[in-house]
Amino acid sequence: MEPRRTSRTVSDPKVRQVGFFTSQHHHHHHHHLPERSFSEPPLPDPFHTSTSTSSAPVTDVSPSGNLLSPVMILPSRHHSDNLHRLSHRATSPTASFSYFARAVVVRENDDSLLSPGRRGIAVKSPSSVVAASSFPKEKAGGASVEVQNDRPAKSKPLKQKTSKAERRATQEAQRAAKAAAKAFFNLLLKLAVDLYSLAEGSKTSAAVPGPVNSANTKTAKSPKSPSQKNDAVSVAAAEKKAGDRQLEKDRKKDVPHPRMQYDDQSRVEKAKRRAVVKQTEARNRVELFRHLPQYEHGTQLPDLESKFFQLDPMHPAVYKVGLQYLSGDICGGNARCIAMLQAFQETIRSYSTPPEKSLVRDLTAKISSYVSFLNECRPLSISMGNAIRFLKSTIAKLPLSMSESEAKATLQADIDRFINEKIILADNVIVKHAVTKIRDGDVLLTYGASSAVEMVLLHAHELGKQFRVVVVDSRPKLEGQLLLRRLVGRGLGCTYTHINAVSYIMHEVTRVFLGASSILSNGTVYSRVGTACVAMAAHAFGVPVLVCCEAYKFHERVQLDSICFNELGDPDAISKVHGREEINYLDGSTNSENLQLLNLTYDATPSDYVSIVITDYGMVPPTSVPVIVREYRKEHLWI
Amino acid sequence: MWWRSPSFILDRQQQNDTASLNPEATSVSSPPPSMADTLQNPNPDANISAYYQTRAAHHGVLTSDWLAQAQAAVGRQPEDKLLGNDARAASAAGGAGKRFSVIDEFNSWRKQPDLAEAVAAIRALAAVIRASQATTMMELEIELKKASDSLKSWDTTSISLTAGCDLFIRYVTRTSALEYEDFNSAKCRLIERAEKFGEISYKARRIIAMLSQDFIFDGCTILVHGFSRVVLEVLKTAAQNKKLFRVFCTEGRPDRTGLRLSDELAKLDVPVKLLMDSAVAYSMDEVDMVFVGADGVVESGGIINMMGTYQVALVAHSMNKPVYVAAESYKFARLYPLDQKDMAPALHPVDFGVPIPAKVEVEKSARDYTPPQYLTLLFTDLGVLTPSVVSDELIQLYL
Repeated sequence: MEPRRTSRTVSDPKVRQVGFFTSQHHHHHHHHLPERSFSEPPLPDPFHTSTSTSSAPVTDVSPSGNLLSPVMILPSRHHSDNLHRLSHRATSPTASFSYFARAVVVRENDDSLLSPGRRGIAVKSPSSVVAASSFPKEKAGGASVEVQNDRPAKSKPLKQKTSKAERRATQEAQRAAKAAAKAFFNLLLKLAVDLYSLAEGSKTSAAVPGPVNSANTKTAKSPKSPSQKNDAVSVAAAEKKAGDRQLEKDRKKDVPHPRMQYDDQSRVEKAKRRAVVKQTEARNRVELFRHLPQYEHGTQLPDLESKFFQLDPMHPAVYKVGLQYLSGDICGGNARCIAMLQAFQETIRSYSTPPEKSLVRDLTAKISSYVSFLNECRPLSISMGNAIRFLKSTIAKLPLSMSESEAKATLQADIDRFINEKIILADNVIVKHAVTKIRDGDVLLTYGASSAVEMVLLHAHELGKQFRVVVVDSRPKLEGQLLLRRLVGRGLGCTYTHINAVSYIMHEVTRVFLGASSILSNGTVYSRVGTACVAMAAHAFGVPVLVCCEAYKFHERVQLDSICFNELGDPDAISKVHGREEINYLDGSTNSENLQLLNLTYDATPSDYVSIVITDYGMVPPTSVPVIVREYRKEHLWI
Repeated sequence: MWWRSPSFILDRQQQNDTASLNPEATSVSSPPPSMADTLQNPNPDANISAYYQTRAAHHGVLTSDWLAQAQAAVGRQPEDKLLGNDARAASAAGGAGKRFSVIDEFNSWRKQPDLAEAVAAIRALAAVIRASQATTMMELEIELKKASDSLKSWDTTSISLTAGCDLFIRYVTRTSALEYEDFNSAKCRLIERAEKFGEISYKARRIIAMLSQDFIFDGCTILVHGFSRVVLEVLKTAAQNKKLFRVFCTEGRPDRTGLRLSDELAKLDVPVKLLMDSAVAYSMDEVDMVFVGADGVVESGGIINMMGTYQVALVAHSMNKPVYVAAESYKFARLYPLDQKDMAPALHPVDFGVPIPAKVEVEKSARDYTPPQYLTLLFTDLGVLTPSVVSDELIQLYL
C-alpha cells in the first residue's frame, strides 16, 4: 500500500502536513481510508475511530461535532485536488464498494468551524451528488448535511448537531431529487462508463451495464462518477486510474477468495438476490466483526429443505453436503474438504457438456456455482479453498482434444489422488514424524479435537509409548469430549479439563499438540478459537507447542489478527446452556440492543508461540511455511 | 530413557534391519533398541562419544604449524589422497575375498586432524562409488545408501557425520546426469560430483572466514566459546587482515578447549583473555560479539554445540550482543530438537579433580542445544544466513 500511495502524491499542503498539528487535522487521515485494502480490519486506531460503521463517538475525533459519517473524504478547495482524491478512491474498487456503503461524505474544507461559510457536500451515492447539486440551498450554512446511509437502524445514531427532523427533511428532499435526477444520472453514468471503458479497453463489454438493470452497477461505479463530472482534467485521472485498476485487477486475481465484507450493504443485497440459501441475518453483531456473515441459526434449514426439489441447478450431492455443513453434521477441516471433493466427484460423474459449450468452461462455471452455494451454507475453510483451486486448475489444464468421458475420468482420478495424497497419506506421514517427539513419561496436552492429533496419540499408544493425555476443551462445541471418548476407548490415560484451567494444568505438561485449520505465510496458525490461548499459556510455561497440519492447508495469505477473517458461530450457543434452564440468565435479553454476543469460530496464533510445525514435508519451523508454499507451488506439488 | 528426536532415525532403524553392506556394520547396527545408545558405538570406551574422541585426538596433534601446512596443501592434498585412495580401493576391490569397508576408509580419513568428520565421511563415500562393482544405477544407489547407513550407525552421536552422509547422497544422486544412457559415464559423472562436493566442503572454512570479515571491526571484543576450527580460521583471517580486536576465551571445561584456542591466538599476537566458564555474564558488557562454532545446525536454525553455548547465547541475548555462528553447510542436519533433552546425548568424561562420591550423579552430556531466537546470524559457505534460512536450505536440499 505504502509505495502506491506515495506515487500519487496529493499536492494539498494541508493534507501533506507533517509533525505536530492541531486536532482538526485528524480529518486528514480519513481520506486515506478508502485506499485501505478490503481485507484490512477496521482497526480501532485512535485516528480511525470513526471509520468503520462503529458507533464510536464521533465527537472524539471532531470537536466541531459535525462529522457526519464514518468515512470522510476531504477535498481541498481546488477541484483538481478533489478529483485526485476521488480517483484514489476509485482505484480500489472493492474498497470503494465497501466504504461507499458506509456513506461517503465529501466535505469541502476541513472544518466548518474554521470557515463557517463554506459548503459541505454530502454524498451518499451518485444520485445524492445530483441531489446535492440540485439543492444547493440545503447545504448552505455552517453545518454540512448528512445523508444517512441505510445502515441498520440499530447502529447508534451519530452524535451530531443536525437534528433528526433536519435529517429527515434532507432525506425527503433527496428522495425527490433522486427520482428527478434519475434520467440525468443515467446519462451521466453512461458517460462515466464510456470513459471508463475507453480507458479499460478490453473489459468494456463486461463493464457497460444497461441503464435499466444498472441498479447494482450504479453503486459500484458511483465513486467515480462525481469525479468525472467535475471537469476535463478527469481524463488524465481516468487514465491513471485505468492503470491502477489493471494493477488492482491483477492483484485481485492473486487473491483466491476476495471475501465479501458483510457490512457492505449494497454487496450483501446483491449477494442475497443470487443466494440459494435464504439466511436471516442476526441483528446484533459485534462491531469489529460486522464484515463477517452472521445468520440467525436454524432459519436456513427448513427453507432449504423445502427447496430440495426445486433447485434445478444444484446437484443433489452438493446439496446434501451443503446441508450437512449447515447443520454441522460435517465439521473439521479434513472432513469438510473430503466431503466437498467427493460431492464434486459425484457431479463430475453425472456431468455432460451442454451442446455448444466446452467442458472446460462450463464445468468450471458449474463448480463455481456449487462453491458459492457451499459458501452460503458455511463459509469455506482455507483447506477447501485450496482444494477448489486445485480442482479448477486441473480442469483448466485439461487438453482440449480430450474427449468428455476421458476428461471426466481424469478429473475423478485427480480428485481421488488429491484426497489420498494430500490428506490421507499426508496424515500418515505427520503421524510418523510426530510420534518421534513423544517420549516415555510425557504428558501431552491437546485442545479441541484435531483428527491429526488424534491419529498421532493413538499411534504413539500403539507403539507402546507410556504417556498421558490432557484434553482441554471449551464451550460451546465441547468437541474435546468426542476425542476424549475415542482416546479413553483405546485405553489411553486421559485428563479432561476446560480451557479455564489451562494455566493450572500447563505446568505438568511436557508437550502441546495442536491441530490447525490453516497455517498462513507468516507462520500464523489459524485454528479453532482458544488455540491461541493454549499456545500462549504453553509458551509462558516453556512447553513446546507442536502444530500438526497437512501442507495442503497452508496458505500464502498473511494474517495478523483474528478479526479480518473469521467465522461467526451461532450467538445463541454461548448465551444458553443446554439442560440447565436455571442458569440461562440471558433468556430475556438476547434481543436487547445493548447486548452483542460474539461466538468466534477461529483465532490466529502468532508464530512466536509455535515451536514446530509437523507437516507432510517433515518437521519445519513456522518460518518455513512460506518456503514450502513457494517451493511446491511451482511444481504443483503443494496442492 | 533418552530418546532420539530426528524423524529419520526411525526410518534408518527400519532400513538397518535389512541386510547391510558389510558384516561389521551389520553386527553393530542392529542392537536391541533399549540399549541403542551404548551399543551403536563400536568404541572401546562406551561412555565417551566417538565424535568427541576424534576431536580429542585431533586436538592432541593440532598445532598452528600443522594447520598452516595443511592450509598450504589444500590445493594438492586432496588429489594426492584421492589418488592413493584410488589405488587402495582398486586393490581392495581386486583382492579376492577381501571386501571394501567404508568404515575403514572413513577411519583412515578421520585420522587427519584438519579434516572434519563430515568431510572424511564424504571422502569415504566417494571411495565407495569408486570401488563399487555395481552394474546399474539403482544398485549403485543402494550400495551408497547402505554405506552411508553403516557410517551413520558407526557414530550416532555425531551430527555432522550424519548430516554429511545425507547431504552427500542428496548431492550425488540428485542429478540429471543419472539419465545418461551409459552406466559407466554416469558413474564417472557421479565420482566427479562426489569429488566436487568433497572440495566444496573442504573449502567451506575459507569461505566462511572471508564472509565473516565484514563483521569484525577494529577495536571490537569477541567472546569465543570452545575450540572451533572454523572460528579459529575466522579469527586468523581477521588477524591477517590487520584487524585490531581482542578475544575473550572461555576456559571450556572439561576438555579445556578454550585454553587451546587461547594458545593458538596468542601465537597470532591477538590479545587474548581467558575466562572461567562461569565468568561469561561478568564480562559480557565488554563484549561486542560472540563467536561460536557448531557441531550441528538443526532445522529450526538453532545449533547444537559444546556444553555452555546455550548459556553464553542466553547471556548475550539478554545483554543485546550479537551471537554469530560459524558453521559449514554440511553440518546442516534434519533434526529438530524441541528442548535440551530431545537429542541423543553425546557423553563425555568430566574430571572434577577430586573423587566424586558414588551417590553423586554427574552430568556428562557434552553438548547443548541453542534455540534460534538466541542466535543472530550464521556464517556458512552458502552465505551469511539468518537462522530461519537454515530450514529453507534444508527443505530445498532434501525435499
